[in-house]
Amino acid sequence: MTILTFTLAIFGTSIVAGLLGALTGLGGGVVVVPVLALVFHVDLRYAIGASLISVIATSSGAAAAYVREGFSNIRVGMFLEIATTLGAMVGAYLTAMVSTKAIGIVFGIVLLYSAISSFRDRHEDVTPEHTGRLADRLRLKGEYPTSTGLKAYVAQRVPAGFGIMFLAGGLSGLLGIGSGAVKVLAMDKAMRLPFKVSTTTSNFMIGVTAAASAGIYISRGYIMPSLAMPVMLGVLGGSLIGSRILIRARVSTLRMLFAVVIVALGIEMIYSSLTGRL
Amino acid sequence: MTEAIHKHAPTAEQDQRLEVAIATLLRIGVIAAAVLVAIGGVLVLRHPEAPVPNYHVFHAPGDRSSAIATGTPMHSIGGVFRRLRHGSGASIIDLGLLVLIATPIARVVFAIVGFAREHDTLYTVISLIVLAILVVSLMHGR
Repeated sequence: MTILTFTLAIFGTSIVAGLLGALTGLGGGVVVVPVLALVFHVDLRYAIGASLISVIATSSGAAAAYVREGFSNIRVGMFLEIATTLGAMVGAYLTAMVSTKAIGIVFGIVLLYSAISSFRDRHEDVTPEHTGRLADRLRLKGEYPTSTGLKAYVAQRVPAGFGIMFLAGGLSGLLGIGSGAVKVLAMDKAMRLPFKVSTTTSNFMIGVTAAASAGIYISRGYIMPSLAMPVMLGVLGGSLIGSRILIRARVSTLRMLFAVVIVALGIEMIYSSLTGRL
Repeated sequence: MTEAIHKHAPTAEQDQRLEVAIATLLRIGVIAAAVLVAIGGVLVLRHPEAPVPNYHVFHAPGDRSSAIATGTPMHSIGGVFRRLRHGSGASIIDLGLLVLIATPIARVVFAIVGFAREHDTLYTVISLIVLAILVVSLMHGR
């Protein structure tokens, strides 16, 4: 295989990964890393390095569309980024301490969790009954547009949300992914923010979180320019196409199909790690 | 303290304007990075018959024994600028990747300025903390 065919194959695969990531709402990283590792036999550290780059690109590239909708909350995002960036640094440090086998197993578990979470029922957006002191002092509240006009919300259980965000950052740094599913878990489930506010604010935070790992990845030599190039351009292109499709079509059947793919990747990641083939 | 903050509480409109400005910044950063990476990619592929770098085996930085021209990882931010003098495709990709990594950091800087102009001391400080964490992390890649 020459560098041209290899690069084109990675580019094509990354487009599909970006498409899949956008349609499932999980992000391209969780798809591209296992494919690079399992299909192209790329060392896991180079795979997560290339993926982290693509995560920054898609998060930043999608932000404009999200902001226009008026759902994302810049204060909630910035406050929680303290937790995710600290977590990301810890996670990026850990990549050198633990074996690729361990990283592969954690990755598989996150894949399985992400596939399940993309099907979880979203809870009804509740009108918060009380305001905690912390949420009040930090002004973690806002309004979002609904069919019946603007609706107010206030963050609940701020310390729990902050803690889960630290974990989300850690997974992002360890696995080179955006870990949007865990970020949404913190905001949607723990802090009881409206679903749309959680998902759009999560996207906004992913780029900053990934940037916190980038410096450590560079110093460790995880970022290979000739590999990051097709992965970044492919995932970015694929996710832009994916978000266009999302606007036009109902994709519940596609989502079901993709969730099966992601479960299969998760099982394969765990199996390959355990048998030492990764 | 809380009273004072609420008196200066910025309007939702101000916040929205700040967010739109930030989103525009992010988009410009990503487009610039993608263009640089694509140009570098084309330059790298000018020699399409070159062998594929060995990505199967991980080489820690400093271990140059098997580095192939296009297969050298980024070691440091300073190194990117040194390599740029050669004008190789890989070094232009590196530059594009640095622009990309700088984009969310610029976003935080932008937010600091925005919050400061809204006289929102609390969130100016919170954004400064995030920036400090990012800078500490990047110092590793110096």
